[in-house]
Amino acid sequence: MENYYIFKIILVVALFLVSLLVAMYSTYGERKISALMQDRIGPNRAGPLGLLQPLADGIKMFMKEEIIPNVSNKTLFILGPCLAMTTALMAGVLVPWGGKVEFMGETYNLQVADLNIGVLYIFGVTSLGVYGIMIGGWASNNKYSLMGAIRASAQMISYEIAMGLAIIALIMTTGTMSLGEIAAQQDAGLANIVYQPIGFLIFLICAFAELNRAPFDMPESESELIGGYHTEYSSMKLGLFLFAEYINMFISSAVIVTFYFGGYNFPFQNEINEALGLSTNMATALGTLVMFGKIFFFIFFFMWVRWTLPRFRYDQLMRLGWKSMIPLAILNILITGVVMWMNGKLN
Amino acid sequence: MTQYVFYFLSFLAILSALMVVFSKNPIHSVLYLVLTFFAIAGHYLLLNAQFLAVVHIVVYAGAIMVLFLYVLMLLNLNVDAEPVKKNWVKFAGVLSGGLLMLTLVATFHKAETMPLIQDNPEIGVTANLGKILFGEFALPFEISSVLLLSAMIGAIMLSKKEVKK
Repeated sequence: MENYYIFKIILVVALFLVSLLVAMYSTYGERKISALMQDRIGPNRAGPLGLLQPLADGIKMFMKEEIIPNVSNKTLFILGPCLAMTTALMAGVLVPWGGKVEFMGETYNLQVADLNIGVLYIFGVTSLGVYGIMIGGWASNNKYSLMGAIRASAQMISYEIAMGLAIIALIMTTGTMSLGEIAAQQDAGLANIVYQPIGFLIFLICAFAELNRAPFDMPESESELIGGYHTEYSSMKLGLFLFAEYINMFISSAVIVTFYFGGYNFPFQNEINEALGLSTNMATALGTLVMFGKIFFFIFFFMWVRWTLPRFRYDQLMRLGWKSMIPLAILNILITGVVMWMNGKLN
Repeated sequence: MTQYVFYFLSFLAILSALMVVFSKNPIHSVLYLVLTFFAIAGHYLLLNAQFLAVVHIVVYAGAIMVLFLYVLMLLNLNVDAEPVKKNWVKFAGVLSGGLLMLTLVATFHKAETMPLIQDNPEIGVTANLGKILFGEFALPFEISSVLLLSAMIGAIMLSKKEVKK
């Protein structure tokens, strides 16, 4: 039992550090990719290829003067970025990062917690993510911030519904709500994307909206609202808001990969592992590497879209959410049900 | 262990519920109410009702309270804008609140506690709950969903009224 706790604690700490590291280098990646898209060079001064840029940015954030507007609500002003960061880090515990691991003579799954309501938990954490933005935006006592906060809340609630409906269709085909089982089911068979192409599309679009990434970055649209909900923030509090966004992006990429792209599984994995003669731990490490490859592709995809598409207008965003995404998601549930019924999988 | 968690959650729930009433700032009230919902969700978890706990968080803390905050932020209530009620209104409020509390206390005092959880500890697990809701209680479940649907249509009709003129 003690080994169990040691393993889980190591895993939690590792997860925390990896999330921060990935978020840190996502900022670098974002700048490099935007540079690529706009035919520029991007950061190249700090260290070779500018690889130390995130570190320099971090130091800059910490060293900057911290300004708390004296008309704002101080407690809530500080609470805002804290909440944003906390909710961002909460969802990672459910993602299965790899297969079985042998640790001190016992076998564990490379997952912090495998709740049998895992999918719902992810959904719950996503719905709480808006509090950090709302509280921060309101407590700033600034009209632009308030507009950003209000946009964020309306947008997130609208797209949560379609996201939930897309997940329902996924649960119908997998028959479980545990993320560990969803990943394990895609071991031998095909990845869930084959069964749920529409569901994946809806989930992906809603993930963009929930992350407040362009083309859905209405809450912070700099050309209309200065910086939206974080207009009044400076120093590391601003840093936390921005960092939370990148951690969210990392975790939602991981969730998308687990839900629809087989998680840590890859084609012909058993054959390859046997051919290479890998031990359990090495095979898991290979699976985890493959999973991170998939995750990095999705992070790249998020950035790719951001630097390609222009921002929606607010009414377009609402119309897309309520009049396209939700009916499409309901239709998807219906189609899934009919196909399952015809294949005799409903009883 | 479970007992300590229960006492802690109960303390948190009651304290934050009281703070909802006593805090002057409406935004603070809403945030304390969110905390109350979390404490109650913790109670559901202690009863092994995982589905209920998470849905409670998703629906109340994640959606309804966000809308509350949304409206309050737009209203921008503060001390200056607070309407001063007449004394008899306050008195009537206290009286009706007290009556409601009396009724509730009397009801729960007389009510038999249903040992549902002890009979079947697995009843709150999602799969079992789904089977019960769509099997034994299919009709009431569907009727309540129709009720929600009609409420939704009603809200849309009310908000569309001005467009029709």
